[in-house]
Amino acid sequence: MRKVNSLTIFGVAVIAFFILAAIFAPVLAPFNPDEMTESEIQGPSARHLFGTDDLGRDLLSRSLYGARVSLSVGLVAVVIAILIGTLFGAVSGYYGGWFDGFIMRFVDVMLAFPSIFLILAIQTMLTPNIYNVMVVIGLTSWMGVARLVRGGFLRIREVQYVEAARASGCPDFRIIFRHILPNASGPIVVAATLGMAGAVLTESALSFLGLGVQPPMSSWGNMLMDSQAYMRDAPWMAIIPGLLILLTVLSLYFIGEGLREKLNVRG
Amino acid sequence: MHKYIAKRLLLLVPLLIGISLVSFFVMHLAPGDPTSLFIDPNVKPEELARVRANWGLDQPVYIQYFIWLKNAVLLDFGRSYTTGQPVIGEIAERLPLTLLLMIPSYILTLLICIPIGVISAVKKNSWFDNTFTILSFAGMAIPTFWLGLMLMLLFSVQFHFLPAVGNIVLPLITMTIGSLAGLTRYQRAAMLEVLNQDFIRTARAKGLPERIVIFKHALRNALIPIVTILGLSLPDLFGGAFIIETIFAWPGMGRLGVQSIFQRNYPVIMGIVMFSALLIVLGNLLADISYALVDPRIRYEKSK
Repeated sequence: MRKVNSLTIFGVAVIAFFILAAIFAPVLAPFNPDEMTESEIQGPSARHLFGTDDLGRDLLSRSLYGARVSLSVGLVAVVIAILIGTLFGAVSGYYGGWFDGFIMRFVDVMLAFPSIFLILAIQTMLTPNIYNVMVVIGLTSWMGVARLVRGGFLRIREVQYVEAARASGCPDFRIIFRHILPNASGPIVVAATLGMAGAVLTESALSFLGLGVQPPMSSWGNMLMDSQAYMRDAPWMAIIPGLLILLTVLSLYFIGEGLREKLNVRG
Repeated sequence: MHKYIAKRLLLLVPLLIGISLVSFFVMHLAPGDPTSLFIDPNVKPEELARVRANWGLDQPVYIQYFIWLKNAVLLDFGRSYTTGQPVIGEIAERLPLTLLLMIPSYILTLLICIPIGVISAVKKNSWFDNTFTILSFAGMAIPTFWLGLMLMLLFSVQFHFLPAVGNIVLPLITMTIGSLAGLTRYQRAAMLEVLNQDFIRTARAKGLPERIVIFKHALRNALIPIVTILGLSLPDLFGGAFIIETIFAWPGMGRLGVQSIFQRNYPVIMGIVMFSALLIVLGNLLADISYALVDPRIRYEKSK
């Protein structure tokens, strides 16, 4: 499968490049992202590689700072989702019983919502800012992970070495985290990669609707919101941030596929 | 089978109650008061109290919930805060427009994803497969709203082919591309799995022409998983409708939902949540049932 490998390498390279760009944004950005460098909208040029927006702000600088927002929201949201999903899935799968029934019914309930609707509803009630976005996306995207982890635990808890650990008096806590979890981690790693892609997409949609990261802080999503009024005169304002989101999400998918193959995860 | 369907239908009741509980309390525990958005702040306090009492907002939240639940069972979801019209009527007015978008998009998606997925699997690693693999990943990675913007930019702003709003073509294309990519991947995977099975090798070994092996033996089995996935993809389709309808100003249920969220129009939000949740769970149930109907190997009850 050479093809998948080369796509994975592409993905890793792009994400590594974006992460570096995000970390070194203050050094790399040619202008202050909030500074009105020009008196009017300008197309891409040597001075402004990505052009400027309606307020004359340099779009390359704003994109670099936007990368910080998009990537950190994606990362934190997915960490929250994985922590909750793993905890619920592990306890559900290991102990079973009424707790399992309760959690799995709750997962059914959460999955029957169009999640963007739930997120929008919650966001309108909070003051939208970057931290809320991280938490709300995390809290509404753990269900898939919980199901995956539960499935893994149901399979592994019957295996002989777990029985041996139990027979030798190993406490449940240790069995769950030392004996079972590491062997159920393959699907979690894949889900984390794809989950981060999903979180980046959700953040951009939220910010696009004005319910995510708030101006003047730039995110790729709210740059797209600004672009709507200038579609005719400044199409670059709409094209560039979207391409950045597309590249990020696509690269994460490629990495996820690569991991799936490497870790032998089905599905 | 009847027993299984009856059991699943019964399970829908606690599921829907759970959904209503979560959404009701998420909305009502939020700080602030929806009246502040609709009523002139200079209005007399007595007048405000009268409106609050009229909307039932003076009651404790759990009482409000029980009143809502009692009415909802009778399909009365209250009246919209903004228009004063019954919520059920507002939804009935908007839903056909959403379905007008969703149903053709579903059909288009199936018509495109099945042949592409099957050809990709049969000609695995060919240029055709590689091209569509990359294209479908790109399709999954593209933000729906940005795809909508780009189509608008291309067809309406640059070339003036189509009006940007009020036309069905662009939202339909956007929605179809959104669901197409993932389903093509599923169809390819399903076909690949079937092609690797023993009965295909047997069919080939006994000298059947490849055309018959593919179309009569493999394809039929490879279509089964797509039935389930269609049911499972309903929430995404609804989620997509919220954003797509908003961008293209398409006056369906999704746009009404987003507007109501911004206005904190509780009765309308609850109505739409319950309605889409009901469609989603019924869609899943239908998927499971049709799965059993098309695949005789699947049994939901203990065999006798």
